[in-house]
Amino acid sequence: MIEFELDGKTVSAKPGSTILEVALQEGKYIPHFCYHKKLSIAANCRMCLVEVEKARGPAPACATPITEGMKVHTCSKMAVEAQQGVMEFLLINHPLDCPICDQGGECQLQDLAVGYGRSASRFEEDKRAVTDKDLGPLVKTTMTRCIHCSRCVRFTDEIAGFQELGMSYRNNHVEVMPFIGKTVDSELSGNIIDICPVGALTSKPFRDTARSWELSRRKSISPHDALGSNIQVHIDKYHKVVRVLPLENEALNECWLSDRDRFSYEGLYHEERLTQAMIKQDGKWIKVDWETALNYAAKSINGVKMDHGSDAIGVLASAISTTEELHLLQKMMRGIGVSNLDYRLEQQDFSLDGKQEGTNYLGSSVTDFVANKSILVVGSMLREEQPLLTQRLRQAAKHECELHLINLKQEDVKIELSSQLTVDPRKFAYTLGQILKAACQISGKTTTIDLAQVEVCDKTKAIAESLLKYNGHIVLGRIARSLTDYAQLLVLSNEIASVVAGKSGILPNLANELGAQLVGFIPYRAAFNGYFTKGLNASQMLENQRKAYVLLNTELERDAYNTQLALAALNKAKTVIVMSAYINEDMLQYADVILPVTPYTETAGSYVNMQGTWQTFNGVTRPLGDAKPAWKVIRVLANKFNLDGFEQDSIEDVRSELTGLKDTSSYLNNSTKFDSFAVGLPKISGLIRFGVTGIYSGDSIVRRSASLQQTALAKLPVLTLSSELATKLNLANGNEAVVKQSHAQNRYNVTVSEQLASDVVLLAKNHDSINFAGSYDAIEINA
Amino acid sequence: MAIFEKGVIFADVDTSDSDCWRLDEYLKRGGYQALKRILAQKVTPEEVINEMKTSGLRGRGGAGFPTGLKWSFMPRTMPGQKYIMCNSDEGEPGTFKDRDILNFNPHAVIEGMIIAGYSIGASVGYNYIHGEIFEIYQKFEEALAEARAANLLGNNILGSGFDFELHGHHGYGAYICGDETALLNSVEGRKGQPRFKPPFPAGHGLYGKPTTINNTESLASVPFILRDGGQTFMDQGIPNNGGTKLFSVSGHVERPGNFEVPLGTPFSKLLEMAGGMRGGKKLKAVIPGGSSAPLLPADIMMECTMDYDSIAKAGSMLGSGAVIVMDEDVCMVKALERLSYFYHEESCGQCTPCREGTGWLYQIVHRIETGHGRAGDLELLDSIGNQMAGRTICALSDAAVFPVRSFTKHFRHEFEYHIEHGKCLVNHRWC
Repeated sequence: MIEFELDGKTVSAKPGSTILEVALQEGKYIPHFCYHKKLSIAANCRMCLVEVEKARGPAPACATPITEGMKVHTCSKMAVEAQQGVMEFLLINHPLDCPICDQGGECQLQDLAVGYGRSASRFEEDKRAVTDKDLGPLVKTTMTRCIHCSRCVRFTDEIAGFQELGMSYRNNHVEVMPFIGKTVDSELSGNIIDICPVGALTSKPFRDTARSWELSRRKSISPHDALGSNIQVHIDKYHKVVRVLPLENEALNECWLSDRDRFSYEGLYHEERLTQAMIKQDGKWIKVDWETALNYAAKSINGVKMDHGSDAIGVLASAISTTEELHLLQKMMRGIGVSNLDYRLEQQDFSLDGKQEGTNYLGSSVTDFVANKSILVVGSMLREEQPLLTQRLRQAAKHECELHLINLKQEDVKIELSSQLTVDPRKFAYTLGQILKAACQISGKTTTIDLAQVEVCDKTKAIAESLLKYNGHIVLGRIARSLTDYAQLLVLSNEIASVVAGKSGILPNLANELGAQLVGFIPYRAAFNGYFTKGLNASQMLENQRKAYVLLNTELERDAYNTQLALAALNKAKTVIVMSAYINEDMLQYADVILPVTPYTETAGSYVNMQGTWQTFNGVTRPLGDAKPAWKVIRVLANKFNLDGFEQDSIEDVRSELTGLKDTSSYLNNSTKFDSFAVGLPKISGLIRFGVTGIYSGDSIVRRSASLQQTALAKLPVLTLSSELATKLNLANGNEAVVKQSHAQNRYNVTVSEQLASDVVLLAKNHDSINFAGSYDAIEINA
Repeated sequence: MAIFEKGVIFADVDTSDSDCWRLDEYLKRGGYQALKRILAQKVTPEEVINEMKTSGLRGRGGAGFPTGLKWSFMPRTMPGQKYIMCNSDEGEPGTFKDRDILNFNPHAVIEGMIIAGYSIGASVGYNYIHGEIFEIYQKFEEALAEARAANLLGNNILGSGFDFELHGHHGYGAYICGDETALLNSVEGRKGQPRFKPPFPAGHGLYGKPTTINNTESLASVPFILRDGGQTFMDQGIPNNGGTKLFSVSGHVERPGNFEVPLGTPFSKLLEMAGGMRGGKKLKAVIPGGSSAPLLPADIMMECTMDYDSIAKAGSMLGSGAVIVMDEDVCMVKALERLSYFYHEESCGQCTPCREGTGWLYQIVHRIETGHGRAGDLELLDSIGNQMAGRTICALSDAAVFPVRSFTKHFRHEFEYHIEHGKCLVNHRWC
């Protein structure tokens, strides 16, 4: 520790700290613009100049390391004069258009100008004006306001992983700009709005909507990925969500937010938002009051139960639902004898159901995960599945974390990787087998899995060495978890973790997969302190046509593994009860009752994130129209069935039933019982589809966010072939090809990619391809 | 530009011979003897650095920091890549000495860099030559090819086991790249902006590796020092100001050019060498060390000798040795306007005080020059200067302020006249 004097007070701090860091820790504010705790130090704004005794002149506090016995004055005459001087320079070419600036009221320059600016300007020349730049649909620029602190430039380079902004020109003609003809396309681009200390970069969807002081700020949790990013939702005086900003949580999202979390709120007010209950009578939709709708729903369910038994009812929910909703829904359905409950809409392999020893999770806390020096991620499109976790991995890789990726597509993650293997998904298990075998050979440990037919190669051996060296962490992503041999992959990753004395885990895709498991929204088991049941899983429910379906917060024809199958099953069902915030054309076809429930902003609830942290939140605004929080809807619906245990009057009453699950640590466990199996090189014949969802179509809210849909990342090519396959079929970029899967057939323009495994066909899972079958099923291509 | 007086670098160089820069000519002049001796006799790096310290050579780029001392800062025994850089980004208005060194005697620089690399443990060097003299850069590349062919560069130089590779690198015409850390950024392919120090290049330089950066003239002096001895070099100058130094004399003299004379030569003698004032006009003022050095009026200047200490005592800097001579027909407002424009144009725009201040200074001086000066403008210039100097990452903002301060201090009446009457006090005649 180094002792030095800060404004007459002796303080001690770690060697290598800068004056500004220590001052902020000590609660002493030194004005600054270019300094940001998560970015490299530029020392160029010069606002943080302070007096250091015996130094030649004022020194920038952000870049000056502390030394033993140093005497620092942050408010001396010299320091304040220097700071005032810098402020004068910052303001001479600044437009001072605060009254029409979106940043007004929350502007660092505005705030500091009060303390350090002059009341009148000495600058009587013409001001500089700068043309605005097009950074895409999310970030608006007013570059004349820029004070050239370079935070945004450093952000794109250091945090987002690739430089998309730079400083061009010299002197006071310096301009921050993107590369010519390019926009800022990072999935984290919205953060440059937050870190911009002035109004140069503001939110495009929010622009000119409200003054910041008119807004109420309310805490919430983002539902779009399982990191559980903490957010503050801003509500205007008409109770409308007008923007979302990050709420700092160093353990999860740090001070960042992905664009998906930040701009998805636009989807909350999409025209497809349902605000009144609807029932279908004689093929026509009529809007009804809640009482009528609920009675109708209860009558339909009872009717199916009477005629066909309770096993004829299937219940499917999206894991974007809150823990309370999922808990009440499983309680009600089990109450009327239905155990066909599932949230695992994308899963194919359920062979471990009943054998798992706990709730699947990341395998450690997020902080510990990224602190691991060796990490293997299998089957994940990292940037689109986990934008912020990927950012943390990016920083980890800069601090000597060896990151290995195995995937069917070589994703440009903007991270310096130790290895990246592009493997056919049918060979994932074999590849993990290779790593396991190598790890066993090196460490001398054994496994019960039969690896006799596995041949280790140099690449897998290198991964095994890295995992062994650092007791690495292996996680399975969304793609791996959707494959038909997921059970084997999970067992293999557990075995690898055990051999390397490391950890294994999963990357949950949606916000509340852990919550759904904990409360027993699965066919084979009620909540962990509950009992075992025997119900159909998501896949069985669709393959074995049910008479009735109850859907919660899902557009199943978009969310299911096999959209063709889902749509057919729903259309054939006698009755479909939908609890959803949105309607769509398909839903109007298959549904019989649509109950308008509220999205996360309009209900209290909780999500359990990938590390098992239970995060509760309140509704940040009142429900839109006549919509109601789903937990209330289910509670009243349960009353219609005359069930006991549905007297809850508040969310706290619901939560009180879950107190036993609050301490998740005793339930989190990725290990599983399994029967030994042999791993061998599979004979691959035919092509396999890669039904990629894309970063901005993972859930109903994001799909409807207009600005996100305009981004470059949302514009996914529908059909992508590997270059090998394209050559074989004599197809080139832009050619048309016929795609066949199950009964579906269509023509699409081909995009050729060098990054795909050779026998993988990327056919995006979007609205156009609803009629196609499974996301990772066999597929045919013809020129 | 012609060379009129010759010291250690230009001794025996026949600048009228168009091949004087070639390797064989350089060898005839005793070139590469120092390197050969060092390699053959296995002179230790410590001994080389001590010889450099004995010579008293002070950095010729402008700051005047002792070269031997600078070399000793390198962690030369530390494993890993290290670099030696030659700063030939000679952008200071008035300075044109490095260009002539590279034009007429590039092998002196190459030999100096090899010896420097040997002494600091660097196996790779770069010579950063500014973009406006592209033909000189091309010539330097040719000289490098000659040296490589003669195994003076490359692996196992002259069978000694010492490896050293040297690359030429040309800039694109930014004055700021003459700052050593901006130069490093530029070589790395980044925008030429100075880096904040610490860390200093000796610890964290090119590509994050320990790096020493010397001026062309400093490095070109090295072969002489190692061949004829540091003391011989020292004896050419005066105490604390060893050796000869190139002065680029420009402005209103009869014979502008480069003069390599011993440090300590009286200014009056240098002026005489340059043929005296053009057209017999009266000397008005001199900028003794390149445009960033404060201007000195004629009476003070005529008392000075041309060395670091004397000029510093008079209130200016020897800098790069660019002597800009102005005669009585110069309007000081016009002269300052031109200088201020230069610093405004060349500010990299990184630090607030320099980015905004240089432009503001120029705008005010320009206003005064064009007859729109206001009462209080001189005080404003002074105040802005105080808010700029010493408050930025590099010294460019100081360099922009020095002329403003010295011009308005020594010739305040001309500025006041301009503000009051909207025109020049002197009958300004430049051609």
